[in-house]
Amino acid sequence: MSVFDGLRFRKVYSPIHNLDPRIKFVYVIAIFIVAIVFSQIIPLAILFLMQIPFVLLAHVQKQWLRSLRGAAFLATFIFLVNVATVYFTSGYTITAEAVENAVSLTLRFVVLVESFSVFFLTTSPDHLGLALEESKVPYEFAFAFTTAVRFVPVLAEEAQTIMDAQKARGLELEKGNLLKRIRNYVPVLIPLIVSAIRRSLELAEAMESRAWGATKRRSNLYALKLHSGDFGLLAITAGILAVTIYIHFFVPIPNITQFL
Amino acid sequence: MAIIEIKNLTYTYPGASKSSIDDVSISIEKGEFVLITGPSGCGKTTLCRTFNGLVPHFYQGDVKGEISVAGINTLQHHTYEMAKHVGLVFQNPENQLFALSIEKDVAFGLENNGVPREEMRRKVDWALHQTGIYDIRERSPHEISGGQQQRVAIASVLAMNPEIIVLDEPTSFLDPLSAEKIFEVIHRLNKQQGITVVLVEHRLDLTAKYTNHLIVMDKGKVRLEGNPRQILSSEETRLMGVGIPKATLLYQMLKKESFGLADKTPLSSEELANQLLETLLPK
Amino acid sequence: MIETENVHYSYPNKVEALKGVSLTIQNGEFVAIMGQNGAGKSTFVKHFNGLLKPSKGTVCINGVETTKSSVASLARNVGFVFQNPDHQLFSETVEEEIGFALKNFGFKPEVIDERVTWALNLLSLTQYRKTSPFLLSGGERKRVALASVLAWDPQTLILDEPTIGQDHEQKEKLRQFILQLQTQKKTVVTVTHDVEFVAECNPRVVLMKEGKIVADGEGKKILTDPEILEMSSIVLPQIAQVFTKLSALGLPKDVIDIYEAKDILMKAKENRRRL
Repeated sequence: MSVFDGLRFRKVYSPIHNLDPRIKFVYVIAIFIVAIVFSQIIPLAILFLMQIPFVLLAHVQKQWLRSLRGAAFLATFIFLVNVATVYFTSGYTITAEAVENAVSLTLRFVVLVESFSVFFLTTSPDHLGLALEESKVPYEFAFAFTTAVRFVPVLAEEAQTIMDAQKARGLELEKGNLLKRIRNYVPVLIPLIVSAIRRSLELAEAMESRAWGATKRRSNLYALKLHSGDFGLLAITAGILAVTIYIHFFVPIPNITQFL
Repeated sequence: MAIIEIKNLTYTYPGASKSSIDDVSISIEKGEFVLITGPSGCGKTTLCRTFNGLVPHFYQGDVKGEISVAGINTLQHHTYEMAKHVGLVFQNPENQLFALSIEKDVAFGLENNGVPREEMRRKVDWALHQTGIYDIRERSPHEISGGQQQRVAIASVLAMNPEIIVLDEPTSFLDPLSAEKIFEVIHRLNKQQGITVVLVEHRLDLTAKYTNHLIVMDKGKVRLEGNPRQILSSEETRLMGVGIPKATLLYQMLKKESFGLADKTPLSSEELANQLLETLLPK
Repeated sequence: MIETENVHYSYPNKVEALKGVSLTIQNGEFVAIMGQNGAGKSTFVKHFNGLLKPSKGTVCINGVETTKSSVASLARNVGFVFQNPDHQLFSETVEEEIGFALKNFGFKPEVIDERVTWALNLLSLTQYRKTSPFLLSGGERKRVALASVLAWDPQTLILDEPTIGQDHEQKEKLRQFILQLQTQKKTVVTVTHDVEFVAECNPRVVLMKEGKIVADGEGKKILTDPEILEMSSIVLPQIAQVFTKLSALGLPKDVIDIYEAKDILMKAKENRRRL
């Protein structure tokens, strides 16, 4: 199943990676909307569990779990703040409903963060750059994005070289208290910044020399074409939104506390 | 009619006390392979950038004189207009490639011009084949060698089908073998496609043999211009600090000792070797 | 003295860059390490000041294993001049730039001042003492980087691709400078692919390919051996190219020096004349 017209990007990991980023983004926005509509635990939990098949199909379990761990800290903070607020504003009492509410809010936060995380984990930068180019976003932004991604490994290598060069002049980055250590990074940061500026100048020269700004209507060597999988996802998204609307208006959702 | 005509061009960078090019006049015919050399700071890099208008449009600064490239007055036209006629290849391979795949980089200029996809595909593939990088067209620029990167840079200006290609020390960062390959590509483009080439280089040992028109600059001025065989034999050239090919130097040393070699100054090891064989082999 | 014994090195991404490199460099030697891009040259020399530590094998500088020393302490004896001076320059003045390492090594202010003056003088940079290094030309910035390493007077100097982007005159000055260092009995190691430059200096040449040393000996012999050079994708120096094509005359093939070439050819001419 090839998404691009005559293009094979190396390292195509999975069918999820192959999906059109624009459709995936629409899906993520839909999840976003649904998460805002519902404030009860059960639908939010279902939303959260719905991510998992995508994660497994895309083989990004390890990275996804890692991002979950990262979100856990902020999630705990949100939970505690919510509980504390209730505690202090309703006369030092904590009801089961309040706790359930706090859990819902936390869960909503997690769902929002994780759905975006899944989006980025299952979309390669090339793909994303192309989607940006094909969308209504001004070309300058898409270009800035892809160029930044292109130079990340270059800058990383350069940072390492600069650190080596300064270490070779006796700079000891590990020594000293916090303040000294921050100052020690000045001889690394300045060459890095100066080099980045020089690099952008050279890039600008090359861009100008290749007709940058010639016309407003740029064409594109590649084209993003929608395929069956994309329509499938679009159908799922529409389905989710339809079900959401139906449930929101017609189906009351029980609270957990009612069962206790 | 000369394809590049420069008359009394003087240019000073903004804030500079001295001009970088001083009253330079050059005439280059269509299809020529021109070599420009000179010590660091002589103005050859600045001169390159006048061919497509980067000087003065990108760099601002003070410009006097006339310059016409492919019939267009660069002083009064945008660089993007010049891009269709003259392509510039720069020194640092890494900083000329900004797309995530090679063929997208080669297509960049065409995309900027709104060229329709079918036509673009054909031109990109043609440029990739001309520079021998068709097989790596889907790789990312970071994965390939410096020599390959420079070939991508050449392909990306070639795709726009310019009449002129200007290269500013394109092999500075490359090892001699990769450098030779680049010069071969450029030479072929000149001979087979009739593209006018202006090459700025220090490595005369690798490039002098390709040209009939050598320009030596120093301190912003054109000091010597003409056939490399004459220019590289002159003492003035050597005193300017130009790196004369060893074969040529050896020839001159032998000539001083009345060795009996032919009068044609050799520009490469082959030429000198042939001359020596003629003189030393028993008839 | 630099002694490396069966050095292996693998990058974090598991690629093995050095596959058992053993080399000894005595004090005062001038060594050119050559080879294609990716042969492992830069990776290898970064072991000399401890920037990289071998995954197998040992590297000893003056008898001390590099794994037992910090980069800073090794750097006192082994100065490393990187290819791109802009990767080092960060100070407000050339003076501060040159004094940076001296400060790191704990020199006293008066000594620093002395050394800075000496280094500025050595590389003809005295008039730029209070100038910002960023305002200097490319060639001048290279000299500032070199001065900042020489300032602390290390016994060994490593030059990583010192001739890139340099014009003929600058290369000639560099060559003279290296000769000067040699008279001071300094050890000079240069990583380079500039065959003509090496031919003019005629140092000991160590040729690397795919993480191993494939040749080690007199520059003259190695740079004129077509088998070795083809195997490691290096171009013959131009004088040697001429002599390879003169095999019909029975002339020696290991000629890289232009004066020697002239003498040999003059003699050959004499011999022909006598026949």
